[in-house]
Amino acid sequence: MNYRSIWSIYQFEMARMWRTIAQSIASPVLSTSLYFVVFGSAIGSRMESINGVSYGSFIVPGLILLSVLQQSISNASFGIYFPKFTGTIYEVLSAPIGHLEIIFGYVGAAATKSIILGTLIFLTSLLFVPVHVEHPFMMILFLILTSVTFSLLGFMIGIWADGFEKLQIIPLLVITPLTFLGGSFYSIDMLPPFWQKVSMANPVVYLISGFRWSFFGQGDVSLEWSLGMILLFLGICFATTRYIIKTGYKLKN
Amino acid sequence: MSSMVSIQNVTKTYSGGFKALDQVSFDIKSGEIFALLGSNGAGKTTLIQAICGLLRITEGAIEVGGSDVVLNAKNAREKIGLVPQELCVDTFESVWNTVSFSRGLFGKPKDPGKIEKILKDLSLWDKRKNRVMTLSGGMKRRVMIAKALSHEPEVLFLDEPTAGVDVELRKDMWNLVRKLQESGVTIILTTHYLEEAEEMADRIGVLSKGKLLVVEDKDVLMKKMGKRQLILEVEDPAVNLPLSLDRFHYTQKGSFFTFQFDVVNEELSIGALMSEIHSANVQYLNLQTKESSLEEIFMEMTRI
Repeated sequence: MNYRSIWSIYQFEMARMWRTIAQSIASPVLSTSLYFVVFGSAIGSRMESINGVSYGSFIVPGLILLSVLQQSISNASFGIYFPKFTGTIYEVLSAPIGHLEIIFGYVGAAATKSIILGTLIFLTSLLFVPVHVEHPFMMILFLILTSVTFSLLGFMIGIWADGFEKLQIIPLLVITPLTFLGGSFYSIDMLPPFWQKVSMANPVVYLISGFRWSFFGQGDVSLEWSLGMILLFLGICFATTRYIIKTGYKLKN
Repeated sequence: MSSMVSIQNVTKTYSGGFKALDQVSFDIKSGEIFALLGSNGAGKTTLIQAICGLLRITEGAIEVGGSDVVLNAKNAREKIGLVPQELCVDTFESVWNTVSFSRGLFGKPKDPGKIEKILKDLSLWDKRKNRVMTLSGGMKRRVMIAKALSHEPEVLFLDEPTAGVDVELRKDMWNLVRKLQESGVTIILTTHYLEEAEEMADRIGVLSKGKLLVVEDKDVLMKKMGKRQLILEVEDPAVNLPLSLDRFHYTQKGSFFTFQFDVVNEELSIGALMSEIHSANVQYLNLQTKESSLEEIFMEMTRI
């Protein structure tokens, strides 16, 4: 394992985040803050609490994950797509590094950005709504696992995409609907029974439920299910990403 | 000299069936400047990409410094620096950062002194804080060379390094390449400027339609394939040259007689012709000699 190479890619990608801090950090923090103001402070104060948790507090975990999911995919996909687009990928592909170094460098940086973003959004939420975290260790674990998993997914999208439009297709047409319908703004048991069953096919439900459990000690599904699903998804994404890099799909002729 | 790059029976066939390389085999010696020539689509860039691990070959084997580029890719790639044909640069990064990144990417520890020397050698030191996007095309080309040199490669691939650069920069590049060779770096360059290969290369390989036509020492190649001409200008266009000169092949155009020589044929050398001319007491106004350039040899070889 070439740790210097991993560190170089990681630093290079992190430098890009600081260079584009308005887009990478300020913009998602601001837009999520608007959700806290509108749905948390304004509308939320007139809504009933859910399972004993005020609505403003209830939506915090879901909104954090909404941003983390979107930004993980966006950061990781752009991180590998941009060198492909400019042609500088030749340098990475001709360097004495293996598949794992490439994945750890790019995905590590994208996940770090998401973790920083998630933390900042959490801290910002404290300005608008009262939030108490019952299981901080589990909250951090879920944040890390979710960031890494969706950064891996974003990395695959970045390799697959051959145009800027394709970079946006999956995040906009798949991930955002799944997140909104995954219980970001409501508890699954508020839905009619049929839609509750349908929702169980949405993997994001398990992520939001687990993350929410770490805040309030309660979720739509059990903690074990949530952890199991995120670990399963992480394993699938990692194995697929490694296979893609190994085969040189869309990277080498 | 030992072999730095060994290419054995390399074939690259794309999925559509197009054969970009066809059973190419040759060695590049350690410390030499090797020029790979060929017209567009001859397979030069494909071959370089195959050596550098940017594409997979269909058949054959390539070794760099004794390490197979597929089976022992990391060891092989450590030794390689690549400057591709296209201007591929990190436009938003500073010159210093992008060059430092390349060094780290190849697993080398930070060495600001080394980076400083490379940037100074390439006249980039004053631009080190500038974003790459603000540089001219020639400067960007220098940045790419600096990146390739940042990890101290043993073998440097320069794919059309002087394409689209001005004369001054071209001369600078030639000087740099010579300096690198003096420091022990093996250099493989492709170029469309054949005078560049003629000026720089120790050996020359010619590719045409994916096949290797020749690999030869430059001087030997020019001797083998080159032609010499002696042009004799006489006062009277109606003059008849003596029969003793018939064994030398010549053509007449007005008062100019052009004699063709095979460089390797000693019996029909320019010296022999001059003796005959003096013996026959042929009166002439002027004479001049001319040798084939590498460009003419190249055109002759790839005309098939």
